[in-house]
Amino acid sequence: MKHLIVFPIAVRSLLALGVIAILQLSVAKIAHAIEIQQVKSPGGITAWLVEDHSIPLMSMRFAFKGGWANEPEEQQGATHFLAGMLDEGAGELNSKQYQTRQKQLAMKLSFRARADHFYGSFQALTKHRDASAAMLADALTVPRFDDVPFQRIRSQIVLNIKSNSQDPERVASKNWLKLMFAGHPYGRARRGTAEKLGALTPADLRGLTKNLFAKKGLKIAVVGDINADELGKLLDRVFSKLPAEGNITKLVEAKVTAKPAVQIIDRNIPQSVIQFGHAGLKRDHPDFVPAYVLNFILGGGGFGSRLTEEIREKRGLTYSVYSYLSPYDHGALFVGGASTQNARAGETVKIIRQELERMANEGPTAKELADAKTYMTGSYALRFDTSKKIAGQLLAIQTDDLGVEYVEKRNELIIAVTLEDLKRLAKQLLKPGALVMTIVGKPEGVDAKEAKGG
Amino acid sequence: MISKFRFASWSLALGLLALISSTHHAMAAEAKVETFTMDNGMQVVVIPDHRAPVVTHMVWYRVGAADEPAGESGVAHFLEHLLFKGTKTVAPGEFSKTVRRNGGQENAFTSSDYTAYFQRIARDRLELMMKLESDRMTNLQLSKKDIKTERDVVTEERRSRVDNSPSGRLSEQVRAALYLNHPYGDPVIGWMHEIKQLNLKAVTAFYKRFYTPSNAILIVAGDITVEQLRPLAEKYYGVIPSTGPMKPRVRPLEPEPQAARRVTLTDPRVPTPSLRRIYTSASYSRAEPGEAEALDILSHILGTGTTSRLYQRLVVEQKIASYAGSWYSGDALDLGDIGLYAGPQAGSGKAELAAVEASIDAVIKEIILDGVTDQEVADAKNSLLSSTVYLKDDQMRRARIYGVALTTGQTVRDIEEWPSRIEAVSAKQVQDVARRYLKPRRSVTGLLLPEKTEQRAKAPSTVKHGDKS
Repeated sequence: MKHLIVFPIAVRSLLALGVIAILQLSVAKIAHAIEIQQVKSPGGITAWLVEDHSIPLMSMRFAFKGGWANEPEEQQGATHFLAGMLDEGAGELNSKQYQTRQKQLAMKLSFRARADHFYGSFQALTKHRDASAAMLADALTVPRFDDVPFQRIRSQIVLNIKSNSQDPERVASKNWLKLMFAGHPYGRARRGTAEKLGALTPADLRGLTKNLFAKKGLKIAVVGDINADELGKLLDRVFSKLPAEGNITKLVEAKVTAKPAVQIIDRNIPQSVIQFGHAGLKRDHPDFVPAYVLNFILGGGGFGSRLTEEIREKRGLTYSVYSYLSPYDHGALFVGGASTQNARAGETVKIIRQELERMANEGPTAKELADAKTYMTGSYALRFDTSKKIAGQLLAIQTDDLGVEYVEKRNELIIAVTLEDLKRLAKQLLKPGALVMTIVGKPEGVDAKEAKGG
Repeated sequence: MISKFRFASWSLALGLLALISSTHHAMAAEAKVETFTMDNGMQVVVIPDHRAPVVTHMVWYRVGAADEPAGESGVAHFLEHLLFKGTKTVAPGEFSKTVRRNGGQENAFTSSDYTAYFQRIARDRLELMMKLESDRMTNLQLSKKDIKTERDVVTEERRSRVDNSPSGRLSEQVRAALYLNHPYGDPVIGWMHEIKQLNLKAVTAFYKRFYTPSNAILIVAGDITVEQLRPLAEKYYGVIPSTGPMKPRVRPLEPEPQAARRVTLTDPRVPTPSLRRIYTSASYSRAEPGEAEALDILSHILGTGTTSRLYQRLVVEQKIASYAGSWYSGDALDLGDIGLYAGPQAGSGKAELAAVEASIDAVIKEIILDGVTDQEVADAKNSLLSSTVYLKDDQMRRARIYGVALTTGQTVRDIEEWPSRIEAVSAKQVQDVARRYLKPRRSVTGLLLPEKTEQRAKAPSTVKHGDKS
């Protein structure tokens, strides 16, 4: 049997290309042991690396600072559009040539625009690593934006927008966000509108790449069959031609000022789709970790959460009910959702409110907290079982500015949460009286309040 | 295939099928997967992956919606939900809470041919999972209340997946029309009127008949060796008494199809028209040697990705479609299927949909008459074989591939030899399977149309300006 590498429990810091310091840190006993190297390329690009030579491939994820919320309002949708255009031809290769080459190299490349960052995901087989990296470099530095693929991708997005306009969950989410972030870019539709997309030109997308793709604020995580030396060269090949700084419009803080409301969007469907929530906590808030634990007990995934127990298990009202914290760089939400047949919408809404109320008033029980801790600490290792997932985790830790020790510290932070913390926090965070709800369907037993949608 | 819990966002039926076919047991031959069968007939498969101290523990049953008694559609999936209720020694709901308390993640899923349960968890909790999972193989205890509440949950699941979605409703109709006699035509989740009739008696009979060691497969992937797993497997699963060998899974066969069929769903909630077509074809378990592999390559050339013939012709060259693609789903006990899908560009209607269909027909006709090029075959092979490298990175997906194969009439050896069989496919074989299976009379074409396509201007504002609502 081929022997696979198991990493020693350590976080290693590498500055330049030599090992500078090794921190020995203890972890909860089942946490995954990984070794993170901080690599700096000869050209000055930094990345976090976990070497794993057991499979001949590498996974890289990276993020530029700035996302769709930073685009000017008149270019709404441009960043999302850009994410779809970067594999449509670059350098010498037109769209078809580029995609054929990608396929021959068996490389995987995708881009995604989120509110505050622009993400890339790249995977390559070791035997094609250099050629694949050259393709990525071209996508970032010499994308073509030829007119024909430009028109094609735009029409696909326009069709998508149209399709989503009949998808009850997307309708609920979009309208709810618009209420929550009224007047702020976070409340805009990330895909834009047919009208605004129609006015965009290839030059607009090219301008956007100049603003977004810069070394400053770039975060990179790499996992797999590559060593620090090889990675240094690859980083220079891909990223060193980018300008030092981009040009990102600063966002103002997004204060949630929405008044309590029930917005009903009438659609002739048998099941009402409900989205609810209110303001949340940002990732850098000192109470974020306790809030994360609190939410897990209230509406975190799977059986055992209060919402699932009360709404699904006891009453059979829904297939899926959940809540989560949704932090942005300049704002934060607490979000939940459920779907139920129209006739039982009123009952479902009532229980959602009751459960938020009960949690706000009483907080969780000691047993709920203890169980949440064992789940959250025990399952952390499950986020590190594929190279793509490890790269995703390491990137998130960088974009959230949590520091390289976070992998080791994270379970200790969870364990440190006390029942008193949660009782205090439950009162501060959960505001059943402030809930804003959007319901798509023909809900019975629910009265629309304040906001009326269409 | 449908799951106990909903994932963050589930794929459209089309997307899901495409995913399954693209990952089709892409498994490298050198992987040291081991298998043995215990005295009570339960098969065990070990897939070592020591990179992280984590395991994926799965039990698969060779039973799915196509094994249901007539009139009880949905019972296989309903039973899957009910397995999360109590047993003689574990209180209702306690199973999931125990998994969660131990840092595990779990789910279950049902298809026409199989039902599977799994947990992903730290390696040192594996034994506890085996204890719990083996317990519910034979000791399930259900109350009438469990039945009633969970039946409501399943009807909500059906509303979410099917009834709330015109596309979901059309898919169901297309499959029902595709199979003239075989139960693959019944939706896995069940027809609403039959779900509502499912009772304790039906569920118990189904459970007793199919949940038995000789009908089950244990798959453990992750930080484990066969030497470590064997005593645990014997301790928890090996002790379950055998109820004798299972009867062969004989389902009603399809007659030779005689006519192409069309199904049209018109609904004001359809935002833009679209088309899908499914042909019945061979499955990996019943195909002539090389046929299923050639179908995988055919589908790759025809409609996988932006370099495929359908995408290049309809979307890139003719600019009449916004998207177009295909899948081949060969992991089935009886029949496989080949599917095609496309949607005209935004703003187009019925006439444009007809043009899209004509172009699809032209692309198919060219392959049947002129075949595919050696370069296309080489590129498809390269893609399919490279996916085996990516697959090694994901223990959960690997475990699933074994489970699907072993519950649909294939063996561990079949999986391991798949790359060499793909290598052996010729352009001529691809043309042959196109000729054999892409016949109109084997197909159902489903059309999804907005109501009153020709009067778009008068459509409700929610349709026309929906994106601005």
